[in-house]
This record gives sequence, C-alpha cells and structure tokens, in this order.
Amino acid sequence: MTHDNSNWIAITNASNIPAREGRSVSVGHTEIAIFNLGERFAALENKCPHRGGPLADGIVGGTTVTCPLHNWRVCVDTGDVTKPAGHSACVRSYAVKVNEGIVYLNVAEVVEEEAAA
Amino acid sequence: MKQRLVVVGNGMAGVACVEQILKHDHNFDITIFGDETYVNYNRIMLSSVLAGEKEFDDIVLNDIDWYKTNGIGTKLGRRITDIDAVARTVTDSTGEVTPYEKLLLATGSNPLIPRMEGTDKSGVFVFRTLEDTRQLIQLSGEDVHAVVIGGGLLGLEAARGLQVRGCKVSVVHLADTLMERQLDAAGGTYLRRKMEAMGVDVLCGKSTTAILGNGHVEGLRFQDGSELAANLVVIAAGIRPNVELGRKAGLAVNRGIVVNDYMETSDPNVFAVGECTEHNGQLFGLVAPLFEQGKVLAATITGRRGPEFKGSAPAAKLKIMGVEVFSAGQFDESMPGMEAIRYEDPAQGVYKKVVLRDGVLEGVILVGDTSTSHRYVEWMKSRENLSAKRQSLLLPPPSEDKGLDIAQMADHETVCGCTGVIKADIIHAIHQQGVCTLAQLKERTRASTGCGSCTQLCTSLLRAVAPEFQEEKPKVLCDCVPFAQDKLREIIRTQKLKSVQEVLDIYGNGKGCEVCKPAISYLVDVVTCGGHEEDRSARFINDRVHANIQNDGTFSVVPRMRGGVTTPSELRRIADVAEKYNVPMVKVTGSQRIDLLGVKKEDLPKVWEELGMPSGQAYSKGVRMVKTCVGTQFCRFGTQDSITTGIELERRLENLYTPHKTKMAVVGCPRNCAEATVKDIGLVGQDGSWQVVVGGAAGKGVRKADLLITVETTEAALEAAELFFQYYRENANYLERTYDFVERHGIEKVRRETVYATDDMRAKLLDRLKKSKDRSSDAWLERRNPRTTQFVQIEPIATMEARL
Ligand code: SRM
Ligand SMILES: Cc1cc2nc3c(=O)[nH]c(=O)nc-3n(C[C@H](O)[C@H](O)[C@H](O)COP(=O)(O)OP(=O)(O)OC[C@H]3O[C@@H](n4cnc5c(N)ncnc54)[C@H](O)[C@@H]3O)c2cc1C
Ligand code: SF4
Ligand code: FES
Repeated sequence: MTHDNSNWIAITNASNIPAREGRSVSVGHTEIAIFNLGERFAALENKCPHRGGPLADGIVGGTTVTCPLHNWRVCVDTGDVTKPAGHSACVRSYAVKVNEGIVYLNVAEVVEEEAAA
Repeated sequence: MKQRLVVVGNGMAGVACVEQILKHDHNFDITIFGDETYVNYNRIMLSSVLAGEKEFDDIVLNDIDWYKTNGIGTKLGRRITDIDAVARTVTDSTGEVTPYEKLLLATGSNPLIPRMEGTDKSGVFVFRTLEDTRQLIQLSGEDVHAVVIGGGLLGLEAARGLQVRGCKVSVVHLADTLMERQLDAAGGTYLRRKMEAMGVDVLCGKSTTAILGNGHVEGLRFQDGSELAANLVVIAAGIRPNVELGRKAGLAVNRGIVVNDYMETSDPNVFAVGECTEHNGQLFGLVAPLFEQGKVLAATITGRRGPEFKGSAPAAKLKIMGVEVFSAGQFDESMPGMEAIRYEDPAQGVYKKVVLRDGVLEGVILVGDTSTSHRYVEWMKSRENLSAKRQSLLLPPPSEDKGLDIAQMADHETVCGCTGVIKADIIHAIHQQGVCTLAQLKERTRASTGCGSCTQLCTSLLRAVAPEFQEEKPKVLCDCVPFAQDKLREIIRTQKLKSVQEVLDIYGNGKGCEVCKPAISYLVDVVTCGGHEEDRSARFINDRVHANIQNDGTFSVVPRMRGGVTTPSELRRIADVAEKYNVPMVKVTGSQRIDLLGVKKEDLPKVWEELGMPSGQAYSKGVRMVKTCVGTQFCRFGTQDSITTGIELERRLENLYTPHKTKMAVVGCPRNCAEATVKDIGLVGQDGSWQVVVGGAAGKGVRKADLLITVETTEAALEAAELFFQYYRENANYLERTYDFVERHGIEKVRRETVYATDDMRAKLLDRLKKSKDRSSDAWLERRNPRTTQFVQIEPIATMEARL
C-alpha cells in the first residue's frame, strides 16, 4: 500500500466539522464522509452499503455512525457493518490526521482507483 | 353494641395504627379527625414533592376509598379543640361534640420555632405539611434567596428542594458540622462538601438571633453580629410533640404524652401513638418506631394486651438524590469500650464508619455509598459478634450478585426499616397471598411505603421468590442510558441537566446512539422549556437541516401554509422557486399544503429565502399542521369559523417540538370535512360550542379521538387544546403518538390533569407552554445564520489533480 507522505491531502479546517458530526467532501470522483469523534477524526466512503445512504448525515454514537435512511450502523474506523448483525458488507475507510488545525486525508486508494480508471 | 373509637390526627402513625386494628377482630366504630384537609399521605415524601421528584398523587397512602370501604368516619379539615375526659367527648373546631368510648391521640408534633425576633414576618415558613410544601413550591423561583435555619435531615432536604426549584439557598446551622445528631464531624464534613458541590451554601456555627425586615423578611442577624440577606426563610430546627390535647384531657404529660409499654396513657380510655408520645423518657422523630407502636396498640385496644413496645433506635437516611447518607445507632467511639473502624475515599466522597463494642456493632455512618446499609441494621439487631469479619466490615460485599445477597438474608431480617416488615413477611405474602408485583406487595405488607430506600431489596426478593414475578420495570429508553423515560425526565428536571451530552456522560455510556440521542434531545428541550443547550449532533438529519431526507439524499421542502390557506402571490413564489431550482416534483400533500420534493441540501437556505414562508416542520417530531374546512366564512352548513380558529391554533403551537408528530384539524360542523376526529387534536364546531377531541388516528391504524371537553367560546377551545398539547409534550414518551398516549393514560386521567385540573396546575401548564413558545422560532430563519458548514459541501483545500 502506498501510505507514504505523498498521499496525504489537505481537506479543510478541523473547525469546519463540528464535534460528533460528519461532513462530506468530494475527492476526485469519490465522496468521503469525515467524522469528528471529539478527540480524533475518522473517514469513510460516504455511501451506505445498504442502499447508498449518505453516512455523513448519520448520527454518531461513540465509534459508529447510523445511516439516516434505514438505520444500518457502520464502524467509522473499520467500515464494518455492526447492525444489522451478520453482514459482511463493508465501507471503505480512509486514514485521517490533523496537523496544525487542518484535516488531512490519506487518499492512496482513491489515487490508485482513479489512475486505473 | 359497637364501641366508638375516635382518632385525633389523620397522620402517618394514627392511620397506620387503625390499619393494624382493622387486621384484628374488632368491635369499633371508628372516626378519624384530621385538621389537614388531605387523606393520609406519606409525610416523609414531602421532601421529594418539594424537590419535584414526586407529585401529590404519588404520595397518598390511603385514598378516600380506603376510608369508605373500611367504614371509617372521616372528618377532614376539622381540629379537635377540647376533650372532656369525664364525659368522654371531644369537641371539634365547628363546635360539634362527639362522644367516644376509646380515644386515640395521634397528633404528631409541631415544628420547633427557636426563640428569636421576627419569626412572625411574612416569608417565614416551616416544613411539615403538604400545605407548607405547596406554599414553598409556589414561592420558590430564580430571584429567591432562601435561607434554611437548621442543618439536620429536614433542613437539608428542604434546602435541596428549594434549590432545585431555582432558589439561591443557604443553610444556617447552629452546630459546627451538619447533621451532628446522626454524623460525626468527619461525616458531617463530607456531607457539607456534597451540599456545597450541589450549589447549596452552608454556614455552620451560626446562631440566628433575629429575622430582619419590614413586614416581609429581608435577612437574618446572627449572634456574632453578622447578617445575611434572604427573602424566604424556612425554619427546620426540630420538632416538639403536640401535647396540648393530652394536657386538656388531664393525662400525664412530660415533653410528650407519657405512654407505657402497651401504649396506654394515664387514662384507661385514652391511648396515644406517634410523635406526640414519650416512652421511657424518649421522644420520636422517625416513623419506624411509630409503626411499631401502632402494632402494639392495636393488640392492646382490641383486648389482646400482651405485645410490648420496646422503642428501637431507628436508622436515618437523607433523601437527597445524589447525596447518600445513612446513620444508625451509637457512633461516638470516645465512649468507654467503643472502637471505630473507618473507610475513606475523599476523591469519591465516600466515608464509612462502624463502631463496635466487644465485637458487636453499635452504630454505623455511611456517606456517599449507602448500598449496604441493611447489612449493618441487621448486625445491630442480631448483636452478632463480628470480630471474625472485621477485615471486611466496610468493604463492598464480595459478590455484586443481588440474588446471593437476598438468599443469605435470614427470614427474620428487616427488609423495610420504616414499616418493620421482615423477609419472612414478604415470603409469606408471595407464597400465601399470590403477591407478584411491587404494587401488590406494597398494598399487602406496606413494605416500601415509607422512605422508599428498600424498594430495590423488595424487587430483588420478588424476583427471586415469586414464581410469576412481573417486573414493573418500565421500558428503558436504550442500553446507552438504561432508564425509563419518566425517570430520565425526572433526572433532567431535578438535576438541572441541559444538554444531551451531560445526560449521556453522567447517566449513560457517554456515547449514545440514534435511538437515545434524539429522545434525550427532546427531553432536555421540553423539561427546560427550550432553555437547553441545543446539540445538533444529537438530532436526526431532518432536524439539522430542517427538511425531510429522501431516498437519494436530497430533501423535501414543505412550507407552512396555516390552516391550508394560501394566496396567489405565495403560489407564484412557490412556482418560481420550483422552476429556478429544478425541483423534480411539486405535490399537494395529504395535509393541505405543498411539497417541493428533491431539493439539494446546499440549495435549502436559498429556497427558503426565496419562498419567504416559514417552515412547515414536515420533517420533525413536532407540530405539523392544522387542517381546516371552509366553515362559516363560506359554507352553508358552517356553525363555527373553522379557518380563523385553525390558523390561530397553528400560530399558537407552531415551531415547537413534540414527542412525535402532532397533527390537528378544525372543522366548522360535525360533517367533519377536514377529518378532525382522527387527528391528534381536533376542534369540532357545533351550534354555540366547540368539541375538543384528542388522540385520534388515521395512519397505520384508525382511532376515533376521545372527547376532552365541550366549551362555548373559541378561546376556551383553543385553551383546552393548548392544555392537552403541553400535557402531552411533558408526559408522553418520545415517539409516542397521542393515540397511544391517550390510550395508555385513559381519557379520564387526561381530563383530570388538563382541562379539569386545579387552576394552579392549568396556569402552570400554560405558563410552561408560553415559555417554550417564546423561546422558539421558525427553523428556516437559520438560513441567515447557518451552523458551521451545515449546508455546504466541503471543498478540499488541495485538489486531487495535484496527486495524479
Ligand atoms: C408528503 C406526505 C405524503 C403526501 O404527499 O401527501 C407524507 C410523506 C411521508 N410520510 Fe406521511 N406524509 C403525509 C401525510 C400523512 C398523513 C395525512 C395527514 O397528515 O393528514 C398521514 C396520516 C395521519 C397520521 O399522521 O397518522 C401520514 C401518516 C404517516 C405515517 C403513519 C403514522 C402513524 O403513526 O400511523 C408515517 C410513518 C411514521 O410516522 O412512523 C408517515 C411517514 C411519512 C414519511 C415522512 C416517511 C419518512 O419517514 O420519510 C414520508 C416522507 C416522504 C418523503 O420522501 O418526503 N406518514 N402521512 C404528506 C405530508 C403532509 C404534510 O404536508 O406535512
Ligand atoms: C419533610 C419531612 C421529611 C421526613 N422524612 C422522614 C424520613 O425520611 N424518615 C422517617 O422515618 N421520618 C421522616 N419524617 C418524620 C415523619 O414524617 C414523622 O415521624 C411521622 O409523620 C409522624 O407521624 P405522626 O402520625 O405522629 O404525626 P403526623 O404525621 O404529623 O400526623 C399528625 C396529624 O395530626 C393532625 N393533628 C394534630 N393535632 C390535631 C387536632 N387537634 N385535631 C385534628 N388533627 C390534629 C396533624 O395536622 C397531622 O395531620 C419526615 C417528616 C417531614 C416533615
Ligand atoms: S404512504 Fe407515506 S411513507 Fe408510504 S410511500 Fe407513501 S409517502 Fe412514503
Ligand atoms: S441506505 Fe443506509 S441503511 Fe439503508
């Protein structure tokens, strides 16, 4: 995996994403939901594995977010579906970091995909 | 021929004694006189009423039916003023003379007013009766500085109650530490810290010499010359047995009416129980021994003289939510032969001390954690030698398993300290009388009807022993905050919580989820009348962007069209907006308004601005619409002006959140063209009157609304609707529609607590509604001042192109 420095891109001021909320951002052709978990940030593709609901609009509880359309719950760190149980579906997750008040996303996978496309 | 038994005092001890007499074969014609106007209530719980944790209805011990079914003559609001012990008659305040064969004095005690100047000023109160409590509740509020004289159990409970009701409160105490009769200096200091942490000021070692003020209280002066401003004073400095009648009857009286081990006074036809008595030089201030007296006297008076009153030393427990204090027995280790063992955890505010003599437990003090109190009570009673257990006396019991704890309890161990009910009584009730709920247990054994601290234990026993135990466990909101919604509402109210996160942090797992967060958002909103701290992260997306999310992530926009009435210019603006923003569908809704479906999130603020109409709240658990029919304005059958009334109703209630969506309709005649009888609230016009109906449904199910009231004027109809609306807001569970709510409570109860409630209760409902309404506003005004990036799609600072 190309998780080297060159794949981090600056997204937005951390203060643009209120605590325990998500916001979506388009990177290339991919929409990514970034969540402010209070003490840190996490990011998932903004597309619920059920029927594509906007996860950024969901309610964050601890480290899961609940899709606003039909209440599937997704872990914001792994992208695993935690409710309903027994689903192997998974949302792509992205590494996030905050440096001097700016949120950075590691978009290595987006780069790979778009390059392939 | 039946004997006439007259009871003076309709309080806790007197009525409890009558209950015991009824259990025996007896030959009495009983009449109870009480100078309070209420049926027998749980005086102990007045503290909880003051603190807003309970309502009067919750603390009734014997309702009027009890008096009736047991054939007891009941004379309330009548004071016995005289006794003629020779003629055997009593005279009451109406002048009526009632003869007796046996007389029972249960007159309780009066608050002790210490000698000081100015106690007659207005604004000076005591805290003894329901009436006192009502007055205190009425007078308390934000701009009140209340001073409570007395830092004992009663004073502290009064202080906390007043504080919860918004007063700034100081407690002034004569001794150097609080509750010095029940706590040692260290315990008193721990308690003081807790009270101060809650925001109650504590001044110890202060002797009040005067209450200052010109007619109304303005402050206090102390012996050291210092003064303290106050506009409300509560004196809680102790009690004095009410012995006046005992004297009039010529009985032997010291500080209290003297009784022997059989509860007989010096007159063979007169008996006494309760706080008015003195036994072996001892006075009483807690109910446990008084109930014991009642049992003894019931035997004596019904001709079974034998059981003797021993006068056990009762245990005391402070009833302030979040401040746990328990004390029993002798705790002064400086007395010869006494030794103390202590446990302290200052960070957690936990202080425990037991005092032993020759290995036997003599006393205990628990501050901060009273969960194990019944163990100590039992050891004090059993006088078991605890030398072998010394190591573990103060540690938490090894197992958290309550079941084990229960199994280990011996049959004779006391479960309810107030009523003296032992484990065996409860087992008996379960096995012999088929008791399987807490309510039945309370009724049959009276356990858990005193201070309430044994409720947990009773429930555990039921769970362990009753084969058909029915958990009265109200459904908890969510695993994240495992409380029933009623309880949460009470917690939020009494603990003055204002934000969802506070509730989750203190009473839950700190995280929350999509189930509990919107519910708590609603609860903090309604309890504080809109004075909560709004946390959008806890609201469903619809309530963050004030529009209804659709299956493709776009939103629908339904402007408010009060009463379903619109204008040509409004319609023109709607048309313009729909075209300009390429709205995929414009639709007339089932609620008499127009829906713009498929609007992008980032366009919402502009759409609202250009529509220039308020939000129709079609997305929220809140006030939806008021549908109207044509009514007298045009319709040939109209009997009432349904359009004007419907628009007015919508104006009065719009912008507010409700437990679930609230839909209304107003129709001009019983033809019901706008379907008012299947709405949450409906007004049905008739010739010369309105029917106000509530709890209707025509959604997933169909339910005809119940009639709340019929009134003559439009204003009265609107007010009835408002009363119900606010009552529903305050009492329904989140996501409970009115059709379930009305069904659950029954329309009779709803009527009693809304349109037929006391003037005071109705005024308060309307007042809280007004408060919420004043704080509310059209959600779409947020377009001018949106929250951080709420409607914008975030643009990355750096672009992907740079990477590719
Ligand atoms: C737009 C509208 C249908 C229409 O085009 O007419 C509508 C649309 C929806 N209704 Fe409705 N209801 C609409 C009038 C009604 C009515 C008729 C009325 O209000 O007189 C009813 C029956 C009365 C009632 O409320 O009980 C109605 C009973 C329901 C129910 C069943 C409620 C129940 O407890 O029985 C739901 C589901 C729920 O609330 O749990 C529901 C839920 C919904 C939701 C919000 C589903 C959802 O959660 O997303 C629909 C949103 C569709 C969307 O994508 O925007 N809708 N819905 C109507 C909007 C009215 C308005 O102007 O605000
Ligand atoms: C706020 C508060 C909190 C308390 N908390 C606790 C607690 O946690 N635990 C505990 O064990 N105890 C507590 N107590 C004490 C407990 O309530 C009393 O011990 C108990 O009520 C005494 O019962 P009684 O019947 O002797 O007196 P009361 O309950 O006072 O009843 C006496 C009744 O007689 C009436 N009466 C008096 N004279 C006449 C007359 N001449 N004619 C007609 N009627 C008359 C009085 O108005 C009164 O209604 C508390 C008391 C208060 C006020
Ligand atoms: S009936 Fe209501 S909830 Fe069902 S599809 Fe139609 S609008 Fe949606
Ligand atoms: S689209 Fe997310 S739960 Fe259905």
